Amino acid sequence: MNALVFLIPAALALGLAGLVAFVWSLKSGQFDDLDGAAERILDDEDD
Amino acid sequence: MNLTIRHDQAVNVDAVPASPAHKTPFVRELPDGLSRLHLMVDNIHCAGCIRKIEKALHDTPGVARARVNLSTRRLVVDWTPSAIRARDLIDIVTELGFPAAPFDPDAFGTKDETAERRLLLSMAVAGFAAANVMLLSVSVWSGHDGSMGVATRDLFHWISALIALPAIVYAGQPFFRSAWAALSRRQLNMDVPISLAVVLAAGMSLYQTAVSGQHAYFDAAVGLLFFLLIGRYLDQRARTKARSAAQHLIRLTATGANILMQDGTVRSVAVNDLSPGMTMVVAAGERLAADGLVTKGRSAVDNSLMTGESMPVDIGPEDRVYAGTINLTAPIEVRIEAAGDDSLLAEIVRLVEAAEQGRARYVRIADRVARIYAPAVHVLAAIAFVGWLIAGADWMTALMTAVAVLIITCPCALGLAVPTAQTVASGLLMRHGVLLKSGDGLERLAATDVCVFDKTGTLTLGRPELVNRDAIDAEDLAISAALARRSRHPLCQALANAAGVQTGRTVTDISELSGRGIEGVVDGETINLGSAAWLGVDRGQHPPHSVEDDGCSEVWMVRDGRPSVVFRFRDTLRPDARATVEQLRGMGIAVRILSGDRRNIVDSFAAQIGIDPADCEAESLPAAKAEQVRALTDAGHKVLMVGDGLNDAPALAEGYASMSPATAANVSQTAADVIFQGESLMAVADTINLARATNRTVIQNFGLAFTYNLFAVPLAMAGVVTPLFAAIAMSGSSIVVVANSLRLGLLKWGKRS
Repeated sequence: MNALVFLIPAALALGLAGLVAFVWSLKSGQFDDLDGAAERILDDEDD
Repeated sequence: MNLTIRHDQAVNVDAVPASPAHKTPFVRELPDGLSRLHLMVDNIHCAGCIRKIEKALHDTPGVARARVNLSTRRLVVDWTPSAIRARDLIDIVTELGFPAAPFDPDAFGTKDETAERRLLLSMAVAGFAAANVMLLSVSVWSGHDGSMGVATRDLFHWISALIALPAIVYAGQPFFRSAWAALSRRQLNMDVPISLAVVLAAGMSLYQTAVSGQHAYFDAAVGLLFFLLIGRYLDQRARTKARSAAQHLIRLTATGANILMQDGTVRSVAVNDLSPGMTMVVAAGERLAADGLVTKGRSAVDNSLMTGESMPVDIGPEDRVYAGTINLTAPIEVRIEAAGDDSLLAEIVRLVEAAEQGRARYVRIADRVARIYAPAVHVLAAIAFVGWLIAGADWMTALMTAVAVLIITCPCALGLAVPTAQTVASGLLMRHGVLLKSGDGLERLAATDVCVFDKTGTLTLGRPELVNRDAIDAEDLAISAALARRSRHPLCQALANAAGVQTGRTVTDISELSGRGIEGVVDGETINLGSAAWLGVDRGQHPPHSVEDDGCSEVWMVRDGRPSVVFRFRDTLRPDARATVEQLRGMGIAVRILSGDRRNIVDSFAAQIGIDPADCEAESLPAAKAEQVRALTDAGHKVLMVGDGLNDAPALAEGYASMSPATAANVSQTAADVIFQGESLMAVADTINLARATNRTVIQNFGLAFTYNLFAVPLAMAGVVTPLFAAIAMSGSSIVVVANSLRLGLLKWGKRS
């Protein structure tokens, strides 16, 4: 029973961290151009 | 013939160095002193294109950032306004071979993007809640044998409620709004039982939790939302993609016009403020902002928007010009006759819209299912409630059973049936160069039984090719091709292509006279290529036109002291046109031609691809084309119209379904459901094939979802459904449906029966 006191908040915190990370990636425009990202990785020339 | 230099389509952003107060609506000032320009760019396909554009801009002094978005075919440039003009930035991109046009980001597409983002957020929240609530539920189920104390169970239920309720309030909004909108119109849609089930399930579960009961359905409610949001998001993405293709239509509209005032000065006037009687000055390379008559100057215009014909048309005083076309070679003055909503462009767009409203009456399969399904679900739930009350159960148990019926009958499988199949199909189409513009386009395409083709640009490539090669001396061809290669005129390009690769000839002193021809010195000999009138050719010395030569374009060549030579060009048939016609017939689809061209030309084309002249309509005007399609529709046929010109647009919109080649006029592309790329016409037959397969898959999906209901509903009404059973059954049926849709992706493209 005592384990629950830590485990449930821990599970929730991990889930929330995932959610926050997703919201951040959405806000920072990482989902704006999925096709472009797939192509850009092929471009290996640095300049 | 008209020999002109073809300019790339450049749009006039800041052509007028007007007062400093005059700002273009496309340029945004950023807080860090830079300016930002949003551009729509065509022809971007791959990493190479992205790199080329971004590198060229980064190498331009003054440009701080340039970022291409491949999904939306857009480009954002941040630059120092004092270093370079916006117009020059557009020219840089355009000269790389990517026609670009500025747009106002506030007016275009932001609504779709916000909606898509909102759905994605809702999905994330529902997913987070579903995962965590499920975690707690699994614990409760494992403790169902009594190993878990009541206090622990209640604690878990309370935590579930704490996670689920806010998530439902936030993530359920797309469904609640839509359900409310339907109810206030006194209608039922799929969202009504969904919303009811979610709200009732959450409410009941909360009550159960409060009274320390064991029937909490939080996992089912949140899981239902999560799965349905996936379907909704896929649907929204498909629609945004289609709309962003249509948004490229704005490239047609000029941003303003330069008006010649009474006192001889020129002022820049916005399109909305133009009125008949004004005289506008149109520079070379500029798009016309209104319909009118040319008053001064000679030039050539690119009418491809109107007619789908790639050949520039010569214009001079008293000639009519139309809004949306591009003035190519020399400045002209135009007296405006019709502006804004009165222009021919606006008129055709209206025709298309009117016809599309007719099409909007089409009811999608999913909605047809919902119309029967939603009332049935409510009736079943009501029967369960009343039945249990009559059977002597307390109202609480009766209500719980009714809620269970609502949850069980509202499987995500139904919500996923259509979007998953269509997402897989449109992905497959996209890989083969076919762009699906509307989701229900596929449904309609699958049902068509008559296919009507336009001729120019659809059955043919819309590109001239040399037809009298046999009558031309090889040396004449080689010499003229060497000169023709230096011109960008379509006929010169065709001539150069006909001669093939050749080297070793020096061409000097080239001068090109717009609308007339080109002169140059090839290996020391002066050569003239151009129209008969310009070269002073005496047609009497040449054999007269044969019927075959009708409709051919001509280029004449004159060499010092030799007889003049004529090159005739004609549009060529798509290579697999005949095979496509046979394939369509094999699929049970009748094939017809509907052309604006002359009778004898249409008949000769029809014979070449094996269509009975009786099935061909020639010399049809745009309105007549739409009329013919309507007549076929009235006769009980479901017509697929395939066309490319603006003159086809009303017919395209009138058809039950419609397709356009990627070379089509923009308005036609907007009116069409499907756009195909490349020279092959077989894409038409292949797309119909895939559409039929997609429809089969959708029907299978509904079948699977209903089979599940067939077993689950009696159990739910009998009151033996536990939350565990509901959750497993729901995810199980969804996975089966998704797997069935993915099967569509295994379909071999081009595999024909």
